[in-house]
Amino acid sequence: MSTGLVSVAYVVASVLFILSLGGLSHQESARRGNLYGVAGILIALIATVANVSGGGLIAIVIAVLVGASVGIAIANKVEMTQMPQLVALLHSFVGLAAVFVGFAGYIEPLKVTVGTEHTIKLVEIFVGIFIGAITFTGSLVACGKLDGRIDSKALTLPGRHLMNLAAVVVSVLLGAWFLGTESLALGLIALVLMTLIACVLGIHLIMAIGGADMPVVVSMLNSYSGWAAASIGFMLGNDLLIVTGALVGSSGAILSYIMCKAMNRSFISVILGGFGQTSSSSAAADSDQSVHETTVDEVCEELRNAESVIIVPGYGMAVAQAQSGVSDMTKLLRERGVNVRFGIHPVAGRLPGHMNVLLAEAHVPYDIVLEMDEINDDFPDTDVVLVIGANDTVNPAAAEDPGSPIAGMPVLEVWKSHQVVILKRGMATGYSGVENPLFFKDNARMLFGDAKDSIDKLVSGLRG
Amino acid sequence: MKLGIPKEIFTDERRVAVTPPSAHKLIDLGYEVIVEAGAGEAAHYRDAAYEAVGASIAVDTRSLWQEADFILKVRAPIENPSLGAHEVDLMKEGAFLASYIWPAQNPKLLEKLAARNITAFAIDSLPRISRAQKMDALSAMANIAGYRAVIEAANHFGRFFTGQVTAAGKVPPAKVMVIGAGVAGLAAVGAANSLGAVVRAFDTRLEVKEQIESMGAEFLELDFGEEEGSGAGGYAKQMSDEFIKAEMALFAEQAKEVDIIITTALIPGKPAPRLITADMVKSMKPGSVIVDLASERGGNCELTEPGQVVEQHGVTVIGYTDLPSRMAKVASDLYATNLFHLLTELTPEKNGEPQVNMEDDVIRGLTVVHGGDVTWPPPQPEAPVSPKPAPGTEEPSAEQKEAARKESARRSLIGKGVLLLVTVAALYGVGAHAPESFLRHFTVFVLACFIGWQVIWNVTPSLHTPLMSVTNAISGIIVIGAMLHLAQAESVAVGIMAFVAVLIASINVGGGFRVTHRMLKMFRK
Repeated sequence: MSTGLVSVAYVVASVLFILSLGGLSHQESARRGNLYGVAGILIALIATVANVSGGGLIAIVIAVLVGASVGIAIANKVEMTQMPQLVALLHSFVGLAAVFVGFAGYIEPLKVTVGTEHTIKLVEIFVGIFIGAITFTGSLVACGKLDGRIDSKALTLPGRHLMNLAAVVVSVLLGAWFLGTESLALGLIALVLMTLIACVLGIHLIMAIGGADMPVVVSMLNSYSGWAAASIGFMLGNDLLIVTGALVGSSGAILSYIMCKAMNRSFISVILGGFGQTSSSSAAADSDQSVHETTVDEVCEELRNAESVIIVPGYGMAVAQAQSGVSDMTKLLRERGVNVRFGIHPVAGRLPGHMNVLLAEAHVPYDIVLEMDEINDDFPDTDVVLVIGANDTVNPAAAEDPGSPIAGMPVLEVWKSHQVVILKRGMATGYSGVENPLFFKDNARMLFGDAKDSIDKLVSGLRG
Repeated sequence: MKLGIPKEIFTDERRVAVTPPSAHKLIDLGYEVIVEAGAGEAAHYRDAAYEAVGASIAVDTRSLWQEADFILKVRAPIENPSLGAHEVDLMKEGAFLASYIWPAQNPKLLEKLAARNITAFAIDSLPRISRAQKMDALSAMANIAGYRAVIEAANHFGRFFTGQVTAAGKVPPAKVMVIGAGVAGLAAVGAANSLGAVVRAFDTRLEVKEQIESMGAEFLELDFGEEEGSGAGGYAKQMSDEFIKAEMALFAEQAKEVDIIITTALIPGKPAPRLITADMVKSMKPGSVIVDLASERGGNCELTEPGQVVEQHGVTVIGYTDLPSRMAKVASDLYATNLFHLLTELTPEKNGEPQVNMEDDVIRGLTVVHGGDVTWPPPQPEAPVSPKPAPGTEEPSAEQKEAARKESARRSLIGKGVLLLVTVAALYGVGAHAPESFLRHFTVFVLACFIGWQVIWNVTPSLHTPLMSVTNAISGIIVIGAMLHLAQAESVAVGIMAFVAVLIASINVGGGFRVTHRMLKMFRK
C-alpha cells in the first residue's frame, strides 16, 4: 500500500474519531458514535498492517488479537460498579504503551533525523515518556484507590509540594543531559532515571488526592493519556496519533474542568491534593444535635402518599449495588402515578457520569434522570427526597456555612423539600470528611442500614 | 351533657355548626346531640341523616334552646323575631356557647352573656398558634371565601381568566390584584392563578412575600424603608400615614391596569381600612370587577355596599358578606370539624362534661365570657420573632466584597497577562526555530485540540462515563506507533517492548470499545 493511501486512511480514521466523540452529544446518537470509533480504529489498523513489510507481521497480528480478546473479555465481565477502576486501569495501559514506544523510538528511530529536528524529536521522546510514566503509575494508584485496595484517604507527606517540585526539576535537568549527550547508553541511563522519577511522581501525586476528588483524577489521567499519545505521535511524525491524542487530551481536560467547577475547587488545589484532612472546624458545633431515625414502614407510607419524589443517588448506591432495587422502586412508584425523578450531582460517584451509567444499567429511563441544575429548583415542591448513599453532594453547609471546607460548592438542595429520607450505613462523614448538617434538619429522617437491604425492603413494602 | 344545634336565623346563613359525621364523633365524646328540625337543610344535610348517627331532633326551636346545656352554632346569637326573644335569653342559665362572637365589635352581647352566667367560646378569638390550627375556623372560612371571591369575580367578569390565542382572535389573560395575603388572599391568589390569570398581590407584611410567590403571584413591593406590618399573633397592624400614602399610590397605579381587584385587608379589632377610593374605581377599565371580602367590616372599597353587588362607573363591586355560606356544604363540614376539635380539647375525659381550663393558652384565648365575667381580651400573645443570623455567618459587607472582587480581578488579569506572554514567547520560539516538518504536525495538533474542545463541550453530562471509556479506547491508537516499531524491530529488547506495547494498547482498544458499547446499550428512554 502506498504511503498516500495510508495517509488518506489516517485522515478518514481521524474524522471517524471526531464523529465518534460528536455522537456522544445525545443518547440517541451515542451508539452510532461508538461504532464510528470502532470503524476508525479498524481502518487505521488495517492501513498500518498493510503497509508493514517483513517478519514483524505475525507478531503484530498475534499481539493485536490476543490483546483485543483479553480487552473484550475483561469488558464483558466487568460490573458496572467497577467501571471507574476499569477506566483507570486502561489509562495505565496507554501510559505504559507510551513509555515503551518512546524507548523503542529512542533506541531504534524509524527515520533518521539530524540537527534541530533531531533535538525536537528527543524532546518529544522525553516528554512522551515522562507523561506516559506518570499516567501509568498514577492510573494504577487511582485504580487501587477506587477498588479499595489502597486507602482512599489522601496521603499527605510533609513537604510533598517540595518533593514534587524537586522531581520535576531533576527530570528537567536529566532532560538537558539527555539532549546534550551523543552516546546512546548515556541517553538511555538518563531516560531510565527520568522514567523512574516520573513513576514515583505519578504514585505520589495520586496518593495525595482524596477519594472524593477521584472524578477529577480519573478525567485528568484520561487527559494525560491523550497527551502521551500525542507526543508519541510527534515523535513518529504520525498525524493520526497527534489528532487522536489531542482529542483525548482536550476531552479529559474539559471533563476535569467540569468536575472541578462542580466542586467549586480550583484545578490546582485538586491536583496538589491533601483535601479533606483539615476540615472538622464546623463539626464540633453540631455535635450535640440529634438525628431523627425512621423505619422502612414509615418511608413506605410516605412514598405511597407522595405526589412527587426525587431520588438522589451517590457513591453509596454504587457500593451497595442498590441500583436495580432503586429501579424496581421507581417502576412501582411510577405505576402508582407518583412523579419520580433522579437528581444527579456532577461529581456523584467516582467517575463523571457514574450514576447515569449505573441507573441506565438498571433500566431507569434516562429522561427522568436529571442534572443538578435542571432539578434544583424543584425541591421545594417535592414531597419526599430519598438520598441514597450521597453525602457531600447534598450537604447544606456548602450553601449555608461560609466556614465549611466545601463552602460554595454547588449542591443538590434536598433540604428544601418537605421530607428528606437519608439511607446511610452510619453517621460517618463523606469523603470530604465534612460533617453534614442535613442529617440534623427537622425534615430529615435517617434510615440506617445497607442501602441495598433498605431498598429491597422498601420495594417489598410498596408491593405489599 | 346535651349539645344543641339550632337552625341559623341570620339572613342568608346556610351553614350549620354540626354535620351528621361530626355529630357522630361528638356522641363518641360522651355528649347527647339535639338538632333543630331543618338545621342542616340549607347545607344539604337532612334531619334523617342526623337521626341515623344517633342525634335527636328537637320538638321546636324554643325547646331546643331550653333543653341544651351547650349550644353550638355559627353566627353570634341575635334577636329571634319569630319568637320575639333574643337567643341568649332563650338559653339555659349557666349554659355553654361556642360560635362566632366578634367580642371587639359586640361588647353588649358579652355583657348579656355574662348576665346569664353563660360560658362563651368565641371561635373567632382563637390564638394563632400551631396547636390550635385544627380549630381555626377563621382560616377555614377565609380559605373558602378567597376561593369563592375569585369564582364570583369570574362570574361577573366578561372575559376568560386565561389568555388564549384562537382562530377567532387573541384573548389577553385577566389581570388580578389581591390586596392582603392572609389565608383568604392566598386562597384567592391560588384560585385565580389556577384559572390562568396573571396575579399580583400586596401585603403590608413583608414576611408573606415568599408565600405569595409560592402560590404563583407576583409580590407588589413598596419601596418603603424599614416599616414592617406584622403585628401580634401574625396579623397585620395599622401602618403609618406615609406608608399608607405610598400604598395608595401603588393601588391607584395598579387600578388602571388590572381587571379584577380582590381586597381582603383587615386589621384585628378595627374597621376595615379604606384602600380603594371612588377615583380609583373610576380609573378602572369598564367591565372590571372588585370583590370586597372586608365588606362586612365596612369594606376596603369606598363604593362597596355590604351584601350587595352594585355597578359603579362601569365596575362591578361585589360586597357579599356571606361567601363561605354560599358554599354551605364544605363550609359546614370544615366548621363542624373545627368545633369538634374544640369539644375534644374541652373534654379530655371523653365523658361528655366540658372542663374550662383557663391555664391552657388556647382555651383561655377562646373563652370570652366565663363565670359571669367578661374575660375578653385575653393577655396579649407575643409578636413573631424572626430568627437572627447566627454570629459569624453574616454576609461580608459590601466594601469587603467589592475589595475582594477587585483583588481577584486584578490577580486574574495578571495571570492572564503572564499566560499571554508565555504563549507568545513559546509560539515565537517554535516559529523561529522549529523545522518545517514539525510545524506541519504542530498545526494539526493545535487544530485537533480546538476540534476536541468544541466537540467535547457538546457531550451531555450523563454520557461522561461513556465519553471517558471511548476516549480511552481511541487513545489506544498508540498501538499504531507500537506496531511500526514492532515491524522494524532489530534488537530483541525493542521487539519485546514493542510487542508488549501492541498487546496492552490492543487490550485498551478492545476493552474500551466493548465496555462503551455495553454501557450505551443500557441507556434507553
